[in-house]
Amino acid sequence: MQDAKMVRMANQIADYFAAYPAERAEREVTNHLRAFWEPRMRRQLVEYVQAGGDGLHPLAVKAGRDLADPEEAPSASGTTR
Amino acid sequence: MPVKCEIDLGTPPSRSEETVTLTIDDAPVTVPAGTSVLRAAAEGGIDIPKLCATDSLDAFGSCRVCVVEIEGKRGFPAACHTPVEEGMVVHTETPQVNKLRRGVVELYMSDYPVDDLPARGHETNELERVVHRVGLESVRYGFTGANHQHAELDESNPYFTFDPSKCIVCSRCVRACEEIQGTFALTIEGRGFDSKVSASQDEPFLDSECVSCGACVDACPTPALMEKSVLEKGEPDRSVITTCAYCGVGCSFKAELRGDEVVRMTPYKDGHANHGHSCVKGRFAWGYTTHPDRITKPMIRDDIHEPWREVSWDEAFAFAAERISSIRDTHGRGAIGAITSSRCTNEETYLMQKLARAGFGTNNVDTCARVCHSPTGYGLKSTFGTSAGTQDFDSVESADVIFVIGANPTDAHPVFASQMKRRLRAGARLIVADPRRIDLVRSPHVEADYHLQLQPGTNVALINALAHTVVSEGLVDEDFVRGRCEQEEFAEWREFILREENSPEALADATGVAAETVRAAARLYATGGNAAIYYGLGVTEHSQGSTMVMGMANLAMATGNLGRDGVGVNPLRGQNNVQGSCDMGSFPHEFPGYRHIANDEVRGLFEREWNVTLDAEPGLRIPNMIDAAIEGTFKGIYIQGEDILQSDPNIQHIAAGLGAMDCVIVQDLFLNETAGYAHVFLPGSTFLEKDGTFTNAERRINRVRKAMEPVGGLADWEITQRLSNELGYRMDYSHPAEIMDEIARTTPTFAGVNYDKLDRLGSIQWPCNDKAPEGTPVMHVDEFVRGRGRFMLTPYVRTEERANRKFPLLLTTGRILSQYNVGAQTRRTENRRWHAEDILEIHPHDAEERGISDGDTVAVASRIGQTSLRATVSERMPQGVVYTTFHFPETAANVVTTEESDWATNCPEYKVTAVQVSLCTTATDWQQRYMQWRLETTRVAGETEQPEKA
Repeated sequence: MQDAKMVRMANQIADYFAAYPAERAEREVTNHLRAFWEPRMRRQLVEYVQAGGDGLHPLAVKAGRDLADPEEAPSASGTTR
Repeated sequence: MPVKCEIDLGTPPSRSEETVTLTIDDAPVTVPAGTSVLRAAAEGGIDIPKLCATDSLDAFGSCRVCVVEIEGKRGFPAACHTPVEEGMVVHTETPQVNKLRRGVVELYMSDYPVDDLPARGHETNELERVVHRVGLESVRYGFTGANHQHAELDESNPYFTFDPSKCIVCSRCVRACEEIQGTFALTIEGRGFDSKVSASQDEPFLDSECVSCGACVDACPTPALMEKSVLEKGEPDRSVITTCAYCGVGCSFKAELRGDEVVRMTPYKDGHANHGHSCVKGRFAWGYTTHPDRITKPMIRDDIHEPWREVSWDEAFAFAAERISSIRDTHGRGAIGAITSSRCTNEETYLMQKLARAGFGTNNVDTCARVCHSPTGYGLKSTFGTSAGTQDFDSVESADVIFVIGANPTDAHPVFASQMKRRLRAGARLIVADPRRIDLVRSPHVEADYHLQLQPGTNVALINALAHTVVSEGLVDEDFVRGRCEQEEFAEWREFILREENSPEALADATGVAAETVRAAARLYATGGNAAIYYGLGVTEHSQGSTMVMGMANLAMATGNLGRDGVGVNPLRGQNNVQGSCDMGSFPHEFPGYRHIANDEVRGLFEREWNVTLDAEPGLRIPNMIDAAIEGTFKGIYIQGEDILQSDPNIQHIAAGLGAMDCVIVQDLFLNETAGYAHVFLPGSTFLEKDGTFTNAERRINRVRKAMEPVGGLADWEITQRLSNELGYRMDYSHPAEIMDEIARTTPTFAGVNYDKLDRLGSIQWPCNDKAPEGTPVMHVDEFVRGRGRFMLTPYVRTEERANRKFPLLLTTGRILSQYNVGAQTRRTENRRWHAEDILEIHPHDAEERGISDGDTVAVASRIGQTSLRATVSERMPQGVVYTTFHFPETAANVVTTEESDWATNCPEYKVTAVQVSLCTTATDWQQRYMQWRLETTRVAGETEQPEKA
């Protein structure tokens, strides 16, 4: 998918969860991406963040970093599952 | 089953819990108080002849055929109009009564074409049966006097005729139009001998307000109102009870056949969703099932620019399997996927996702609910714990306040709309939130208390303003919230919703709805008694569709409007099996029963059942598949019963994705738009040609029963099974009942469902299990599926699709009564008489600014595409908003709509596209290219004509 579309989708998710307190928002964005995004899409986000993450919402950037490191990623049993 | 299998008890049932015992013809009969003598007799097995009475209508007492003698009462009262009394003694067959009835019927027959009367035992309608029942052998009066025998036949309606010479002016049709349908299109005009049934202002039926629901035809006791199909093909000799293949109401029908040919479809009186009512689509628009456009032989081609080649089933399956296997071997299992259909049965959908997950080895399976109600799944699961409407349809009869949001029931769910309108006529209050002035806002004897005519894209702002009012004005049902909901989440939500930014005053500019109106509507919803929300795609098809669903759930929880009759949050599903296709695990992240594929326990269950190892990662959604195809990582797709090239947004993007694939398999009734990019075409079967189940919007599982053999030779479930076997993943079902047994074994909400029980009960609403062996009409009664209800925050985020100087109008798209979705079915019926093309509705001011008059051809251009169609100037539209349908591929509204989508589910934002509208004289470039493409890609080798004849 085009990076611009991926950025738009990730930012929309971040925009929603931004209403929650920071720690929960970070957890929920990552959990949402893990629950609903196919691995290719998650990989694209991770690589985009690693390349600078231009235009991404800070919560999406954080999620991209968490997803790059499965050891540190939030639990997959998040609220969206 | 015989054609006439329902019993008419004469008048509606009484709801009284008290009983009365009386004597009818020397036999004791006990019935609820308030029951008519006519019905009491019928329940006691005693037949009293009648003409103007039927148990779907209130008693009218005009025909005088049901007269009886009652001891102690003077004269001969009409049994239909006489309520039972304790100790009453009734005689239904006395010499005086019989003489009176014969005399009455003789008078009717004195102005009736007696040549049409069949012999005893061969009657086809109630009048003929009554003639024989009362023993009328001859009529003493000739036709020399004034009569109606030469009254003009009205054949204007494409589906039924009205022959006034056979009308006895019993008013059943008029009352059916009023009481059942709620349209009030028919009246009795004139008095005495001049009385006659009149449509609107004495207009032909086709030109009148009649919506062709067929209620009048069903109610007519004579052949005055008669289906043309019966006149042409003859009376049916058997019937099969099945379920309609159109909208999510899921009406039960009798397919009435003569031999193996369907003669008519009549609404089944004992149908639990429709109670004997129907709409123009289900009742009449079934001609597509035998349309010459049906593809009946499998076809393949190496390249989409080649003509199709008709082949055997074996060759088609071998070709398809070889291509899919080759892609999987070369590019991996992530390069293939499948799309299931809400128009197919639960069993077929279950098999499709099973084939994708177990056969293809991928979770790349999605369904058309992606583009309609996927936000319902996300929103209701997040708040309540499962993805389903909370009520049964009959619950509306206990509603005191009905809140319709982003739905147009009279067009899209007409049978439920009639039930809703009955409740509104009986006194329920109505709030409508919709940018357009839909018919429900004001129709005969129905008027909304509040029409919240909001700007497209501002649903969440509106629901927040309503919730803010409820909380700030102390209208929260604190007991419900304390007893039933998560307290921490509620406290968080209360703090959020009370922020000034969520007040009606702060959001009035965004929504365009005055703050005081919002506050008044909120007060009515919160304090007006049982309040029920009904919503449609005007909620879900937005960039904040999921947020809005959660917002409605919050509002219902905050006011305690859940867990009993008359309340709830109710999605009106667009297609017949949207609920079922979602239930059956069509989404790329969920197994059947809405269980995530990462859940080890659930995945293990299916691995054991299916004898494979399953992927724990979510697959691609439809738009993701298209994107992946364009970038070269997705190469093959199997599509059952879907036409994504017409239904999905930005169809030029869809075309690019399909065109980039190496194997597109389309299984459908017709060479649809998507088939233009297909390499394999597998001829599908209609709902009349297979067994299975559909699940309607109230979670009701209804049987689909085969009335005739599939014209292509295989039912859809058999096609999927054969393809799976060819691919090496063995399936051995001999009947869909076995598939349902597997669904019940693996899916807790379906644990108690089987075909025997469905046959016995008629239908079942899931959950159906040990706790609820006969199903669950109302959900979340004592606790929510997830335990305690969860309030979710609902920040209003403006869509990025915004009007500007270049694109100053907002386009919303939707449906119309006579057409259905992409129109593949209804375009191939006489429903074209009402709606033969997509039309753009535009406000008079917007039209005048652009020099547009009614009927002008206009171009509609968005940031991504342009099409042209005719315009109609309409005050139903607010200024700045235009509307059209998406039923016709030559218009292709989705050339214009964008890929902007719901944040949680990627459901497209069909309801908000910034456009400009201008006069034009020719088809757009896209339309011209489309016509050429259509001609090229539907060629069949050896045929001189194009296969599409519509």
